[in-house]
Amino acid sequence: MSDSRVLPAVQAEVLPLPGRWSGLRTGHLPVLPIAILGILILTAIFANVLAPSDPEVGTLTDRFKPPAWVDGGSRAHLLGTDHVGRDVLSRLIFGARVSIVVGFLAVIVAGAIGTTLGILAGYLGGWVDQVIMRLTDTWLALPALTFAIFLAAILGPSVMNIVIILSAVYWTRYARVIRGEVLSLRERDFVRLAVVAGCSKWTIMRRHILPNVLNSGIVLATLMLGVVIVTEASLSFLGVGVPPPKPAWGLMLADGKKGLMAGYWWLTVLPGLCIVLMVLSANLLGDWLRVKLDPQLRQL
Amino acid sequence: MTTLLEVSGLSTHYVAARGTRVTRAVEDVSFSLEAGRTLGIVGESGSGKTTLALTLMRLLPPGARIASGSVRFEGEDIFTKSNSEMRAIRGKRMAMILQDPMASLNPLFTVGDQIAETLRAHEQMPRRGAWTRARDLLAAVRIAVPERRVGEYPHEMSGGMRQRVVGAIAISCEPKLLIADEPTTSLDLTIQAQYLQLLREIQRERDLAMIFITHNLGIVAKMCDDVAVMYAGRLVEFGPVRRIFDAPAHPYTRALIESIPRLGDPTARLTAIDGQPPDPAALPPGCAFHPRCPLVVDRCRVEAPPEVRVAVAHHARCWLASERPT
Repeated sequence: MSDSRVLPAVQAEVLPLPGRWSGLRTGHLPVLPIAILGILILTAIFANVLAPSDPEVGTLTDRFKPPAWVDGGSRAHLLGTDHVGRDVLSRLIFGARVSIVVGFLAVIVAGAIGTTLGILAGYLGGWVDQVIMRLTDTWLALPALTFAIFLAAILGPSVMNIVIILSAVYWTRYARVIRGEVLSLRERDFVRLAVVAGCSKWTIMRRHILPNVLNSGIVLATLMLGVVIVTEASLSFLGVGVPPPKPAWGLMLADGKKGLMAGYWWLTVLPGLCIVLMVLSANLLGDWLRVKLDPQLRQL
Repeated sequence: MTTLLEVSGLSTHYVAARGTRVTRAVEDVSFSLEAGRTLGIVGESGSGKTTLALTLMRLLPPGARIASGSVRFEGEDIFTKSNSEMRAIRGKRMAMILQDPMASLNPLFTVGDQIAETLRAHEQMPRRGAWTRARDLLAAVRIAVPERRVGEYPHEMSGGMRQRVVGAIAISCEPKLLIADEPTTSLDLTIQAQYLQLLREIQRERDLAMIFITHNLGIVAKMCDDVAVMYAGRLVEFGPVRRIFDAPAHPYTRALIESIPRLGDPTARLTAIDGQPPDPAALPPGCAFHPRCPLVVDRCRVEAPPEVRVAVAHHARCWLASERPT
């Protein structure tokens, strides 16, 4: 049969490939969240250049100095000092480093573990599903904070250990959500068509299942970022998180709590504000990404 | 003409509740298909059409068992293939078009990507080459401005166009056999006609054998060379399309043909087949059709009829069918 009529000159011309991220270039960027998150990330990277003084060493004679614009404040400490006379601004700047490293790493590691297990459980089913989901159920039965404290007590305090602990505690959330998503996805016709077209299980999981659950994963990750940062703060507050002289927002919040009744509001409000800004920006950015990654919403 | 597909004595059962309940979805089915010909499989819902198609592709859901029989495709026994050999056959030598065009495409990838995926899986084509070929395939399924459409997402296309894309994926690796499982049920009538025409043309151009699963006898009359009528998992009648329509040998086939609405005859009332199709897990004894059969005789109630040759290449499973001069 004359194929040449149907498929004229296969090599005649080569079409330009659309760029992988071409869809992301258009549309309205969420300027404010990106700016805030960008500033926080840059702050974290260039902390040693930006900070006016050493965040871990204070002058005891300069204790509880209020921010510069309040009566009694001085130019030397723009955002005041804490109970051992350390510069709050410098601590906030270095704290960004800890929060961003811990927050992002924990969310990504937990997400990678949870998503992988969720996809395997959901798509393969059978005993794989049973093993993974019973493990997840058991895991979820443990109270998150108590479990984290228990792990922290075993591993000892350090930034990397906090990342390991938080990932170990929170991957179950992803596994649950992703598995549910996969269960409905694998009955969809495009997955069946891929099977009919001769794709292997692994190709289908990688090409058809993973990209389709990524949206949920990203949305979940932005929500988890807030939870993770708050848990990190709780662990620091309880003394099993980031080891004390190191500045972390959660730790600052915990330290500042003692001074709240005495009117030293800047010690809690400022790190609290930083946490709120970061979580909020991450949420807004995640929401934008969710829309951007969905081709059906992309045109709107 | 060479025999492309040969199915003999094929039975597929669904086993539930630890083997205590067996549903005979496909029972003792035999037929053969030659290259370039179209076989229509008709029957009511639940008559085993789709299970038969899935058995041919060896894509049965868990719980289904191939109880007996063999399927030879291009001379090779499908049931002795390993899973990876089977994957190499699916999509490459044996392709399938599914029912719902809206759901058959991944919403996250351009249609070009999805056509290219199959090409790259089976023919190790580089990305760029596959992309260009995807464009040509879109042209082959008569999509206008293929160089623009190839970069579009499924949601930017109409149902008819998506179904054409599914068709393009199916023919991308030049298969020998195309199984179409009610490919037009969710399309509206004008689009349906165009799509059937397209399939017909593609088939002629590529010498493709097709198995057309449908419950629409009108489509069968237009598309097929041979017809297999399924009832309760069995092929009750098999023959050339003209024979089946002009001289149906099985009362069920006759009833199906009588229940096609006819235009231009306002006096004739639409006839329906009395009763319900039987529960395939609890088939009546004897011929499965006997409770609904207008010509039932005592023998039908106790003994299942064997396959009888009615004419050349025309067989039926009915006690009343016998060889008649054409």
